[in-house]
Amino acid sequence: MNSKHGYPGRLIAVEGLDGSGKSTQVYLLKRWMEMRGLKIFFTEWNSSVLVKDATRKGKKRQLLTPTTFSLVHATDFADRYERQILPLMRAGYIVLADRYIYTAFARDIVRGCDPRWVRNLYSFAVVPDITFFFDAPLEVSLGRILSGRPKLKYFEAGMDLNLADNEYDSFKIFQGRIYAEYKKMAATEGFTVMDGTLPIEKQQALVRGVVEQNINLSLFRWKGKQ
Amino acid sequence: MMKTMPDPPRHFGTQLPGYDFSELKGKLIVLEGADGSGRSTQIAMLKDWLENLGYGTVNVGLKRSMLVAEELEAAQQGNILSHTTRSLFYATDFADQLENNIIPALRAGFVVLADRYIYTLMARDIVRGADRAWVKSLYSIALKPDAVFYLRVSPQLLVERNFRKNATLNYWESGMDIGLSRDMFESFMKYQRLIQAEFRRMQSEYGFTVINGNRRPRAIHAELRAKVQEVLSSP
Repeated sequence: MNSKHGYPGRLIAVEGLDGSGKSTQVYLLKRWMEMRGLKIFFTEWNSSVLVKDATRKGKKRQLLTPTTFSLVHATDFADRYERQILPLMRAGYIVLADRYIYTAFARDIVRGCDPRWVRNLYSFAVVPDITFFFDAPLEVSLGRILSGRPKLKYFEAGMDLNLADNEYDSFKIFQGRIYAEYKKMAATEGFTVMDGTLPIEKQQALVRGVVEQNINLSLFRWKGKQ
Repeated sequence: MMKTMPDPPRHFGTQLPGYDFSELKGKLIVLEGADGSGRSTQIAMLKDWLENLGYGTVNVGLKRSMLVAEELEAAQQGNILSHTTRSLFYATDFADQLENNIIPALRAGFVVLADRYIYTLMARDIVRGADRAWVKSLYSIALKPDAVFYLRVSPQLLVERNFRKNATLNYWESGMDIGLSRDMFESFMKYQRLIQAEFRRMQSEYGFTVINGNRRPRAIHAELRAKVQEVLSSP
């Protein structure tokens, strides 16, 4: 099966709210693929060393506005994209992305950035072969995150939007808006929507099924012994 | 007379979230041109002249943001950025200065003297193969300047001035990262011609004023002064 992007590799992205269970699912998918001896690479949002300092500085000192928040993250993504994702796609790897450009679309649009501008910013990035959206009801995701009474970070809680005067209330409203953006994209962007309320192993079985159906995994085995 | 028509938007197509450009009282004056075109000299002379007249001035330029200037400088030194990353890094630097220096100064009625603006950033990206539409959209959040002056200097004279000042050519201003030539002198000449061609293209689109920079600083200053005077007396 050929991919729209034309590269020999494949890209699988997982999206969803914090607490939707997506990271658990992508981890299990990664384990499954590793144990089958597939050429895979796992990448996370916000992980490039290069831009990390700037992001950390901006976030710590709360220097970021919606526009610079968006640009800092786009720069970080571009670095990871040009350095790892794209070369690996060209080399025929399966790339697993825990969050991808849709995370940026949802957050930046909720922060008030012009949707056309944000989409253009990321237009250099390939569209994933499969994008899983882990759809857990807002209360479920919030419950999972907030039950531990975590320390919520300023931007993570959407405090810059003046939605509420404490991190917890702000986080709830902010996540609600992001959830609404995800739901809108689910239809227009062709997400594979997963029921995030199912037991972990049931979801994982479905995820593996979708992957096997859409990607000829035998093409991505390591050749020869490692 | 009452205004019946709303002012045209002062941005290039995208509203910067959280800012109202209609309340800006100051003037934004941009000087564009290559290294060695005399930009800094002219800005210094304009600043003296304006302050002598009693205008408050603020200087801005590229790679001076509080947010990422340091990190950008470090990354440039190591030459480790790919093209898109580098474009976005510069755009972040620009947006941070736009929001934290340029707009507040204009709101307070200062004359902002910009030592290069989005045009240099766009030209550099396009010459390096970035998609024109992508770059234009990226910078469509920028504030439209009240005047843009482009100091055009022949590549031969640029070389001469760069050597006189630094006895060396700058790696980036020679476009050495694009692989136009292994020979730095040749690369510099080729790169500057490409940038100038891009500026010519932008000139008709954005309507900036081309200033012949091959003249003595005093002569250039006299011309700039007359043109800035017009900008200051317009409402």
